[in-house]
Amino acid sequence: MFRTLLPLLAGISTVAFAQDSQPTKEELQKAIEQQAKQIEELQQQMNAAVEAIEDKSSAQSSDTNIGGYGELHYNNFDTKEDIDFHRFVLFVSHKYSDKLRFFSELEVEHAYAGEGKPGAVELEQAYIEYDLSSSTTLKGGLFLVPVGLLNETHEPDTFYGVERNPIEKNIIPTTWWEAGAGVSYRFAEGLTFDFAAHSGLNVDPADFDLRSGRQKVAKANGDSFAYTARLKYTGIPGLEIAGSFQHQDDITQGAANAEAQLLEMHAVYATGPFAVRALWAQWDINNSIADTLGKDVQTGYFLEPAYRITEEFGVFARYSVWDNTAGSANTLDTEMRQVNVGVNYWIHPNVVVKFDFENRLGAQDGSGVNAGLGYQF
Amino acid sequence: MIMMRITVIFIVNLFSLLAAAEEVYLEPSFFIQQQFTETPETKYFWLTKEHKLKLTEITGHKPSKLRIKYWVVGQKSAWILEEIGKEQLITTGISVENGKIQALQVLIYRESRGYEVRQNFFTEQYIGASLDKSLDLDQTIDGITGATLSVRALNTMAKSALYMHANAVTNEEQKTAAN
Repeated sequence: MFRTLLPLLAGISTVAFAQDSQPTKEELQKAIEQQAKQIEELQQQMNAAVEAIEDKSSAQSSDTNIGGYGELHYNNFDTKEDIDFHRFVLFVSHKYSDKLRFFSELEVEHAYAGEGKPGAVELEQAYIEYDLSSSTTLKGGLFLVPVGLLNETHEPDTFYGVERNPIEKNIIPTTWWEAGAGVSYRFAEGLTFDFAAHSGLNVDPADFDLRSGRQKVAKANGDSFAYTARLKYTGIPGLEIAGSFQHQDDITQGAANAEAQLLEMHAVYATGPFAVRALWAQWDINNSIADTLGKDVQTGYFLEPAYRITEEFGVFARYSVWDNTAGSANTLDTEMRQVNVGVNYWIHPNVVVKFDFENRLGAQDGSGVNAGLGYQF
Repeated sequence: MIMMRITVIFIVNLFSLLAAAEEVYLEPSFFIQQQFTETPETKYFWLTKEHKLKLTEITGHKPSKLRIKYWVVGQKSAWILEEIGKEQLITTGISVENGKIQALQVLIYRESRGYEVRQNFFTEQYIGASLDKSLDLDQTIDGITGATLSVRALNTMAKSALYMHANAVTNEEQKTAAN
């Protein structure tokens, strides 16, 4: 700074010494021009200095990112009390270029995994994604099946209720991941179409239990693949309407020849403090054993209105109905019903404390409370 | 009504599917050009201690810059701001006039999901919004399921632009009036 200031002062004093009285117009003009030039130089130096400082401290996004979520649950029912760190999840993602990226999700369930231990370590997502264009994306690897509300978005601060809703848990069955390839096409105006070809369920023909039929891509039987298509509309802020359809030639992977279809539809609308979620899902299994067991139809739905009182507090109520033995051959009333009423308290937009009362009706019985702490980052 | 809308979009977009049409992002310089009828003055909003504190409150993190460049003609200013959505920066152009948002456009979107936020049906919610006493937007912005973090980033940038406009443009007017 002195480098420019000294000549400036020198310039002025030169002008001052040149005459004994007032400087001439030309001398003033010259001095002003010199000052303007020096000011410009000073500004350039300052700009360079500011840019250098900003470059150093800039919040540039990294190519490799770590994220995660977790939830601690306390359940108190007539029959038992449990406290469990239900899920601890780490996301690791890497951006190779603007178009190519890797995404993964590693989970520890119930804190302690191993032989005879209650928990499990699971790889729930690990796929490569490539943007063919600004509207088309391809993916290959291990990914979440595009069905339902919670299957793809289940961070605890994004939904009400300590435990996940029983329809997605028992019918879909969430959380459900498979391996294969998929394509996603984004129409303008909020309409997305997803299609994936992936490994399928391997259900035991003795009971046709869907949840246990998830192979989790662990040395999975790749005999019978499944195909899932989903159409999702999010063209109005606060609204999501989607429908998924899945077909698998044989969900018993050769053991009993059972062709199956899943149809799922849901709607979410959140405007101002009001929000409502509704979901319906149904499996249709084409197999004589399933028919006899009454497991050829497995279906359920739920309705969940919610009200966000303040930024920190929200209340909800959920009515769920489902039946894993809804086939006509089943004469018993096996329909389950559940009512949950509770509150979410967001300490921070990504950290939530949850509490809800649960009343089990229909073929199941009992009532209790659930409390939970959840986070995501 | 919605079914009709979906059907129309389907048909219209069948053509773009064949042509593999690319969506056009807007160059920041073009956005600035579009905001003014005459050439705007380029200025810098210096983040003094007080502004740094207020912007930290609005964005949830310390500002990464020492000064923010903006363009101004009279009572209208235009800003190019950036905030991280989930993992990547979202570049947004915002213009403010008389304390209200005139235009808001996502210029560069780098996240792999939440693309809905860059579309008009979402961003038009910000038009006319101003900042209330608690530094919040005075208009409700309905979110996009699955894009919460991107929506939050846009809210942050809208609030930042309104705050800086209030302190940059209004102050200038007061200074000129005082002279």
